[in-house]
Amino acid sequence: MSGEATAFSLASTGVGSRLLRYKFWLAAAALLIVLPHVPGLDGSFGRSLLSQMGIAAVFALSYNLLLGHTGLLSFGHAVYFGLGGYVAIHFMKLLNAGLPVPIAVVPLVGGLGGLFFALLFGSVTTKKGGTIFALITLGIGELVYAASFLLHGFFGGEEGITANRVRALPLFGLRFGPQIQVYYLIAFWAFVAAALLYAFTRTPVGRMCNAVRDNPERAEFVGYNPRYVRLVAFVVAGFFAGVAGGLHAINYEIVAADAVGMLRSGTALIMAYIGGIGHFIGPVLGAVVITWLQVNLSDYTHAWLLYLGLFFMAIILFAPGGLAGLIMMHAPIVRTRAFPRVLAGYAVALVPAIVAAVGASILIEMSYQLATHPELGTKIRLYWMDLDAATPWSWAGGAVLFAAGAVLFRLSWPFVARGWQRATAELKQSAGGVQ
Amino acid sequence: MLELTLVSLLNGVVYGLLLFMLSSGLTLIWSMMGVLNFAHASVFMLGAYFSYQIGRWIGFWPALVIAPILCGLIGAAIERYGLRHVHKGGHSAEILFTFGLAYLIEEFVTMIWGRHPLSNPVPPAIDFSLFQIFGTEFPAYKGLMMLISVAMFVFLWLALKKTRIGLVIQAALTHPNAVAALGHNVPAVFVLVFALGSALAGLAGVIGGFAFLTQPSLANTVGPIVFVVVVLGGLGSLAGAFIASMLIGIVQTFAVAIDYSLLDLLQALDVGVSATSPLREFYSIKVAQAAPILPYLLLVIMLIVRPRGLLGTRDV
Repeated sequence: MSGEATAFSLASTGVGSRLLRYKFWLAAAALLIVLPHVPGLDGSFGRSLLSQMGIAAVFALSYNLLLGHTGLLSFGHAVYFGLGGYVAIHFMKLLNAGLPVPIAVVPLVGGLGGLFFALLFGSVTTKKGGTIFALITLGIGELVYAASFLLHGFFGGEEGITANRVRALPLFGLRFGPQIQVYYLIAFWAFVAAALLYAFTRTPVGRMCNAVRDNPERAEFVGYNPRYVRLVAFVVAGFFAGVAGGLHAINYEIVAADAVGMLRSGTALIMAYIGGIGHFIGPVLGAVVITWLQVNLSDYTHAWLLYLGLFFMAIILFAPGGLAGLIMMHAPIVRTRAFPRVLAGYAVALVPAIVAAVGASILIEMSYQLATHPELGTKIRLYWMDLDAATPWSWAGGAVLFAAGAVLFRLSWPFVARGWQRATAELKQSAGGVQ
Repeated sequence: MLELTLVSLLNGVVYGLLLFMLSSGLTLIWSMMGVLNFAHASVFMLGAYFSYQIGRWIGFWPALVIAPILCGLIGAAIERYGLRHVHKGGHSAEILFTFGLAYLIEEFVTMIWGRHPLSNPVPPAIDFSLFQIFGTEFPAYKGLMMLISVAMFVFLWLALKKTRIGLVIQAALTHPNAVAALGHNVPAVFVLVFALGSALAGLAGVIGGFAFLTQPSLANTVGPIVFVVVVLGGLGSLAGAFIASMLIGIVQTFAVAIDYSLLDLLQALDVGVSATSPLREFYSIKVAQAAPILPYLLLVIMLIVRPRGLLGTRDV
């Protein structure tokens, strides 16, 4: 992780890459503007999906400031998302009551709420890093979640707090009623938050965060108090989590106890990790992919949480760099002559992988239907097949497909490895030529 | 009052002993490998489900033996084929691995046994009243639970302090390299400890399945409490885990029975709280309502004030 981070920083301090970096941000802005008009995403469903992705991206980015950049594993980051969201929704109620402020500043208020609580809790939780930090955030997460059911005035109990985003001062004539306007508001804040977070990682404090992650003792010898650096990172992360909470309040017009819950904290962790904590862009990738899965996969299968868990475990075991790490891993070899061979290796491995996945999903889907929805009977339609879980043939078929696919997949690894060996050998050769 | 105190105390002790069964395995694993094992409570849940299934197929007494063995094997497999590979990624990677595993086990259990709570009644063999206390029956399964828990404590204590393998385990907790240099197979010791801890969790699941609802969210309800016990007791300290389990068990049971709030206390002390004070709602929370959050409050305070716990010798 740290090796990748250094490689990333080395690459981006080059002269030519400065332009490239701005190019990247401009392209991102253009993409955000165009996305809700892309066919398939231009309906209300697509725009709502994009809005959710934007909120999740800000939340995951703020989380990664802790995990990826400062090495702090938090199990209670939703506390600052949720409390920021509650502050934002109470502020929205003030706007509904006639306070002459446009709704567009609500995320900032949510951020300040997140910042306040991060400062409050962070002053005691960031004394130590590592496992103590993980546990203490877990404890505070449970405390705040439980407190949300006890303190009705602020949290609103089971129903949560609702407000209206339209009844507020219009901004340039915009009332943020339609989803497209909300999307652009979210996109604007997500872009600003991402840019500010990126800028933060480039400041000396941001660099000290990396130092504290990699070697706290040495950071202390250089003259920085790791505790203070951790606190700064924690508070900044809390602020941006609060911004995400404010966006959540605007998008849904309700904030309930689930906003501070453990499940949401876990989601931030999973998004950041699957996306890749070693790269700045990783959490955004994770947020997009996981939100897409949450929204789409849950329509098709009851077992989608299991698939998500398997995906997470596969990333932890085989690709600790996450999706971003996988992509970056290929960046240097794309231009080599051996690259087609690598792709061919992947193609060879892909076929048995698909077979194994189909076999596994047959078993999983049948088992899930029998266990969680017995009223639907034993008949099940999967892909192009009509299966009956009452017959042993369906089970045997699924098991055979899975086993055969898994064995063939294992046998196909040498093809992939050979392609990689050639590509890296070629890279070494060309590097030698330069010297 | 005496009746309330005695019954609460007894229930608290029963609950505390159950917590000890869960936390003894965790504190061993944790102190040895430095891994916050999120999947420990999930193995406990697997124990409950296994005992339900085996109990239906063969009977309760075989389940009491087979389910913990299965859980132990699963624990060994987790260590050998999972944790060992992510170990090079550091503690965060290990914690994340067990976190993902807990998540997977929950879904796995749902896939086999469904989302709804199982009807897992106390088997007839231990479903009778042991004695009566102020007209309240004390069921035999709770007696069995206490017996097993105390036996577990004694067994672990003797095994760790009086046997050779116990000495090796204790040494490997703090000085794995020195132990390896002396010719002991430290990775095998790790597998053994993980298997033992998981088997203990499974045993607790067989017994504790009756005390809780056997459902997929079981691991999530007990998991965090077990962390609290281990942190309070002190890392790697069996006696500490025992004391902390008792403390949490008794505190929680008593808190549920106390129907007073901070407001009542303040009024008894003649301290007025204005009806419009923003803190009034906070003051008027009854202790009984706050009972579920007391352990977490203890956890946070303990971690801030004394991260090594009651009897621990080193920080978490």
